[in-house]
Amino acid sequence: MWEYAPAPESRDIANLKPSYRLFVDGEFVEGAGEPLKTINPATEEVLAEVSTADKNDVDRAVKAARRAYDRVWGKMPGAERAKYIYRIARMMAERSRELAVLESLDNGKPIKEARDVDIPTASAHFFYHAGWADKLGYAGLGPDPKPLGVAGQVIPWNFPLLMAAWKIAPALACGNTVVLKPAETTPLTALVLAEIIQQAELPPGVVNILPGAGDVGAELTNHAGVDKVAFTGSTDVGKLIQRSLAGSGKKLTLELGGKAANVVFDDAPLDQAVEGIVNGIFFNQGHVCCAGSRLLVQESVADEFLEKLHARITTLRIGDPLDKNTDVGAINSREQLTRITELVATGEEEGAEKWVSPCPLPDKGFFFAPTVFAGVSQAMRIAREEIFGPVLSVLTFRTPDEAVAKANNTPYGLSAGIWTDKGSRILWMANQLRAGVVWANTFNRFDPTAPFGGYQESGFGREGGRAGLEAYLDV
Amino acid sequence: MAAPSTASVGLPPALADATRDETSLRRFLHGLPGVDQVGVEQRAAGLATRSIKKASKLWAIDTAISMIDLTTLEGADTAGKVRSLCAKARRPDPDRPEAPRVAAVCVYPDMVAIARTETAGTGVGVASVATAFPAGRSSMRVKLADTEQAVADGATEIDMVIDRGAFLSGHYGRVFDEIATIKQACGDAHLKVILETGELVTYDNVRRASWLAMLAGGDFIKTSTGKVSPAATLPVTHVMLQAVCDWHTQTGDHIGVKPAGGIRNTKDAIRYLVAVHEVAGEAWLNNKLFRFGASSLLNDLLMQRRAQLEGHYSGPDYVACE
Amino acid sequence: MSERLSVAKTYKLYIGGAFPRSESGRSYPVRDNKGGFLANAAHGSRKDIREAVVAARKAFAGWSGATAYNRGQVLYRVAELLEGRREQFIAETAASEGSNAKKAQSIVDAAIDRWVWYAGWSDKVATVLGASNPVAGPYFSFSVPEPTGVVGVLAPQSSSLLGLVSVLAPVIATGNTAVVVTSQDRPLPAITLSEVLATSDVPGGVVNIVTGRTAELAPWLASHADVNALDLAGAPAAMRAELEAAAAGTVKRVLRSKAAEPDWTTPPDLSRLRSFLETKTVWHPTGV
Repeated sequence: MWEYAPAPESRDIANLKPSYRLFVDGEFVEGAGEPLKTINPATEEVLAEVSTADKNDVDRAVKAARRAYDRVWGKMPGAERAKYIYRIARMMAERSRELAVLESLDNGKPIKEARDVDIPTASAHFFYHAGWADKLGYAGLGPDPKPLGVAGQVIPWNFPLLMAAWKIAPALACGNTVVLKPAETTPLTALVLAEIIQQAELPPGVVNILPGAGDVGAELTNHAGVDKVAFTGSTDVGKLIQRSLAGSGKKLTLELGGKAANVVFDDAPLDQAVEGIVNGIFFNQGHVCCAGSRLLVQESVADEFLEKLHARITTLRIGDPLDKNTDVGAINSREQLTRITELVATGEEEGAEKWVSPCPLPDKGFFFAPTVFAGVSQAMRIAREEIFGPVLSVLTFRTPDEAVAKANNTPYGLSAGIWTDKGSRILWMANQLRAGVVWANTFNRFDPTAPFGGYQESGFGREGGRAGLEAYLDV
Repeated sequence: MAAPSTASVGLPPALADATRDETSLRRFLHGLPGVDQVGVEQRAAGLATRSIKKASKLWAIDTAISMIDLTTLEGADTAGKVRSLCAKARRPDPDRPEAPRVAAVCVYPDMVAIARTETAGTGVGVASVATAFPAGRSSMRVKLADTEQAVADGATEIDMVIDRGAFLSGHYGRVFDEIATIKQACGDAHLKVILETGELVTYDNVRRASWLAMLAGGDFIKTSTGKVSPAATLPVTHVMLQAVCDWHTQTGDHIGVKPAGGIRNTKDAIRYLVAVHEVAGEAWLNNKLFRFGASSLLNDLLMQRRAQLEGHYSGPDYVACE
Repeated sequence: MSERLSVAKTYKLYIGGAFPRSESGRSYPVRDNKGGFLANAAHGSRKDIREAVVAARKAFAGWSGATAYNRGQVLYRVAELLEGRREQFIAETAASEGSNAKKAQSIVDAAIDRWVWYAGWSDKVATVLGASNPVAGPYFSFSVPEPTGVVGVLAPQSSSLLGLVSVLAPVIATGNTAVVVTSQDRPLPAITLSEVLATSDVPGGVVNIVTGRTAELAPWLASHADVNALDLAGAPAAMRAELEAAAAGTVKRVLRSKAAEPDWTTPPDLSRLRSFLETKTVWHPTGV
């Protein structure tokens, strides 16, 4: 009856250029690698051509970072480093709408999320870390902790600019220089960040950005001139990197996959719990390492809860990411869409009951309707493997112990959610859950002051807060 | 607590059981799921970012106009003031007769007769506040007389206040009885129950009071008298919309919701309509089940309506003051 | 062609975000270090102090209730505006303190950088000074630092900008609000600072600045029952004991210092951040 008219954010502000280049030693330069075309997953149109790095470009960038470290950045007083990083933070805030629209175009996520979450959190991350640059002696890591040198960083496609911020900001604050490879399907906002870094007059070579695919990442992480490697991405690739770095002496931090349990008890504030489950798995189309991809609901409220959940999911709007009213955007790539589809098929084969939102989907682009599987058991693939899409697996439990056992029954350990009105139960569950991030009566909350990272095969090391500084210091 | 009123006839067993006595009522109300403050406020804020444009905006403006209970509740009200209010209710935009009429006018009981005369034959309802509005601090005898006077003078709707003192001290049975009694005195008039959410303070209380009002037979639950701050807010209205939605799931009946006070402009009004749409559902997007208690809102809606139709921003001189 | 006459500035108080004159109607001449006339400053009275404390109290709930991130952003914005007025501050500091241009420049640069340093502490104090307490029982216990409330600050007498910034920034970075009695003979940089505060996003009442005779105003601040803490940095040496005694009347937290002014260019430690914080310890059982 009441159709919201299309409310598109203007595309023009993204300032899209036909081609983008590497950022090395303070300049934008052509790379010698095979250029890639980055597409808009909502329409499958080509957005731009992006030059990529080859082996020599990687070498040049690492050497530039080393020179900048030895001659300028490694010696610069923290208070001066701080002021550069503050500039970057403030300029990101000034160009926030441009960055948000570009991110939405390149990644497929709704403009609402890019605008309200990704970009502000990225800018805040720089702002927070700027303040640590001249206060490292207070971080509990020794009176005068030193940086490591050159950091090689590889980031994923799900939160392109935010992941760049999570990597670059602490590295710089601690006095390191950086060579960063953005994901193959989402290079654009990192390269606009490079522009901002240039405008902030950051000394050449302190930050270098190399677009490219997995081969460039491997080249970078294995380069002898890199002292520290940071990787966020799939567990499989994380293991490869850890193996290849074995014996090299390079410091490593990994932030990998997850299969988080969102646990709903019978005394949960039910309507807000529904919101939390929805946010947990459909925020960013479920392309979130810490997504609440398993719902563990207490059996006594399971039916009522599922009914409310289905009703709420039905109101989610899937469509044009640039429409301000879109709740769920496009799947980032055809590859990812295929993965999701295959895993969903296994769910049906293995006997789970599938429910799909009746929402209309656009007829082009990579889209997947929110899907809920009930009657899932821990033995099924959809309960064990990370789908990385808008698919929720629902299991039930009877007692808190059983909830804990099921929640922990995974080699992953990134995050978990607890929904109950009882304070002591929240704290007891938080103690028991083997996860690096526990959200109680909320989900997907990120703040630069709060450390983030996982247990076991979800990786090691933390990002954010005082704990996150450790990764970039020689301590 | 008095014997179960007609309100509990026809209720599903679990709900009828709750109205058996005050102990059962308390157990039921305290057994409702809690409301997490941060969670509900975040959802309300999230829905407030919906961007409603063009045809959907014009529809929303017209719908909002048709949902207004055009209100004057001042000590200084006179016959002249009420006449002028009713003239506006009949014809909100002097230059655009096709603009929708408001749903009702809302006045004090001693102004009902005049309002009735001035709205005769127009389809615009006459809502009267009652039960020692706004404080509700008087005897049942006085509150009943207040109501009966208004009904006798022709009020088609009664906006009563609950006894907040009784609610906050846990005397849910007394609150229930008062509502049930006033409902009987209403006759054919429909009953809106004002919870005065600003005095209830917590969302848990708002949820409980909403259920209490519905169990006791209210036709509408209303946020505020408009005399206390905070009056209507989006999160409070969310909680009430969720309550009427849950009530419908359990009983099949539709109860209406009316936010009142503090809704000043079109942007606010559209946010409320989005909340109605996405929390309760399309069935509530009409003036049988949703009202705005407002006075200055109408002129802003009319100016925005003109802006949509004429393509340029309007000004206050182009809409009538009362 | 004759030289253009400048428009001379009136130096008023800064209370509750506005610039009133002293309710006493008094003023006093401010001179440079050669005795030359600079300007008339408001000669603040005990009633001005009273109004300032009311404003500071009113602003406390909002300022302490803002997120630390928000306070950090607001303070950083102040630094941006200080930087924008760099030349003005250099001229004013040089005139107030009798320093040459080069010295004044380094003072102003240090003051701006000091302000940036404290802005960056706002969202880190809780991490560094707070703790989870591993109590010997099935409880989750944590301690958080909270701002104490309204802080009365007697600003340094000699260092009229760098010293002022060094005592004021840590007070408000942690969420307290301030009533500042400026240097008696060198009040002008403080007033210009208040213009910066008024045009940045600092809410009115968070900082209140009163110029006048320190010996006259200090006792009223020290004994005021609605002031939670007192910073004696600029207190006259002979009065310090008396002020501490007055503060004892309501058990104020008192930050003492040596009568001789320190070298404000020395990088600060955490002590000024710690001085105006209360530690709140919370316990909650853990259990199913």
